[in-house]
Amino acid sequence: MLMMIAKRLGMAIPSLIGVVIVTFLLTRALPGDPAAYFAGPAATPQAIQEIRVKLGLDKPLIEQFGRYVVDLTHGNLGTSLTTGQPVATELRNRLPASAELTLLGLLVSIVIAVPLGILAATKPNSILDHTCRIISTLGVSLPVFFTGLVLVYVFYFLLGWAPPPLGRLDVFYTEPPHVSGFYLIDSLIAGDVPTFIASLKQLVLPALTLGIFSLAPIARMTRASMLAVLSSDFIRTARASGLSSYTVIVTYAFRNAMLPVITTLGMVFSFLLGANVLVEKVFAWPGIGSYAVEALLASDFAPVQGFVLTMAVLYVILNLLIDVLYGLIDPRVRLEA
Amino acid sequence: MSIVAASPPRENALAALIKHSRYVISENPVTGFAFALFVLIVLAAVLGPHLVPYDPLQSDTSEALKPPNLHHLFGTDQLGRDIFSRVVVATRLDFFIAVASVVLVFVMGGFAGVAAGFFGGWTDRIVGRIADTIMAFPLFVLAMGIVAALGNTVQNIVIATAIVNFPLYARIARAEANVRREAGFVEAARLSGNSDWRILAFQILPNVFPILVVQMSLTMGYAILNAAGLSFIGLGVRPPTPEWGIMVAEGAQFIVSGEWWNAFFPGAALMVAVFCFNLLGDGLRDMVDPRRRT
Repeated sequence: MLMMIAKRLGMAIPSLIGVVIVTFLLTRALPGDPAAYFAGPAATPQAIQEIRVKLGLDKPLIEQFGRYVVDLTHGNLGTSLTTGQPVATELRNRLPASAELTLLGLLVSIVIAVPLGILAATKPNSILDHTCRIISTLGVSLPVFFTGLVLVYVFYFLLGWAPPPLGRLDVFYTEPPHVSGFYLIDSLIAGDVPTFIASLKQLVLPALTLGIFSLAPIARMTRASMLAVLSSDFIRTARASGLSSYTVIVTYAFRNAMLPVITTLGMVFSFLLGANVLVEKVFAWPGIGSYAVEALLASDFAPVQGFVLTMAVLYVILNLLIDVLYGLIDPRVRLEA
Repeated sequence: MSIVAASPPRENALAALIKHSRYVISENPVTGFAFALFVLIVLAAVLGPHLVPYDPLQSDTSEALKPPNLHHLFGTDQLGRDIFSRVVVATRLDFFIAVASVVLVFVMGGFAGVAAGFFGGWTDRIVGRIADTIMAFPLFVLAMGIVAALGNTVQNIVIATAIVNFPLYARIARAEANVRREAGFVEAARLSGNSDWRILAFQILPNVFPILVVQMSLTMGYAILNAAGLSFIGLGVRPPTPEWGIMVAEGAQFIVSGEWWNAFFPGAALMVAVFCFNLLGDGLRDMVDPRRRT
């Protein structure tokens, strides 16, 4: 098992190197002269030259790349022009908001999609099966920002059930003391039930939006792999031995059918992390996505590059975790390694 | 000589394809419906500006923020512009972005993948490495980064959307070229003295082509979503240009005060277009490759 994890870690390294090279190229591909850009419109040629030397832009590209890597190892992602804060600090402060939202979104979508896929597979071509297909096709066709806005209109404006889509917590509540950065967990640790409920209320709509978006691949994969497992010999044997259909489906089939579903989680995370940016904009969520969008609109590039790098590193780590999880669940993968 | 010999079976193949297509459409009326919708979208894209009742940029403050009515089917926005006209006119730009990016990635990914699968070795390793590196990013995030770096224009949205789809095309093309590398007809062509490039162009590419075309229609929906997402966060298209993503973004601020039609109609148009492309892609795949039906 340890061997497998080590091997998988080794495989993640080329991806990380690739990610660092691409983000570096993105910083250097800025239109025009970055030094002139950083100096501002009113700068003299002399000031631009000073900034060029200060930023190391007069050095050869390889040396610039070396400096970039050294900066990264020190956790230095540059400074935001608009806020004047180091990008790494701001990303760290805002990451829990994004993580809480994304993970809850994933949870929502698993809770809906997996049972839906199982039911669709146990009764192929039934009304339920068609419903599952329609829901999953609609799910991928809905622009995630549009779903969010429709939910806001229905549940906030028409029904008044949801709070206004303005961030993580209503102004009447104070943030729970920082432990994990997840308001749901922190407010429970502090024993502050009203804050827990308030932050849950804020989370429901954005998490549901993300959940609907990532529903389709999970439901489709669950259905397909359940269908494959249900037609295999050991299921026939289990049925023939007179086991109840509940035992056959849940204990025998479900556990085997979950393996391909876990593999698709990697792709689902790629969608989720991207959709997260749009959902954060719709719900004014103070996460790293909305930070990057604000910076983009202000043509402030250091936060955008930091954001892209953070997301890519997170995604590589998530894929690593999924593979390790897969190895933990399926002994065959361990034996191969 | 060879052309003469080859043409009768090709005609038969075409007739068989038409027959098969008719069969698929009659078996699966959804594909027929999607195709009708597709024709409508193409018509709107081509003729849109000539069909709409109002100038999409003409503002009229006395008519601002009117709900849908007989004069303005989809209502008017905060500047009194007719939303129906704007939604219809926007079709051209959105459709153009999707088609252009899909064609671009078709050319890039198709050639790189076919070359990788056919030549193997270093070509394969380099193409594979590029594809893996792109796949290491969450795709929408990478597209954001690319547009931010290259500059905030429609052209760069097309390029970014093409780049994030590159691995998909390269991998499919690579796999398809790889299985045909040692095929009898390739060996025969090689023995008759054709160069590698000639074999690639005249033997391998025509075989990989239909599979990639299906892939194009399957990724059209994603391309349009990706582009609209980028313009929703303020990249690429600039107001007052009518485009679905940016119209939803402009309408978003009115949702909380109940003026839903501003964001709803462009969003719904986007949804219908993506839905249509996805259905059409599935239908096309059934026609070209019935085994992959899910």
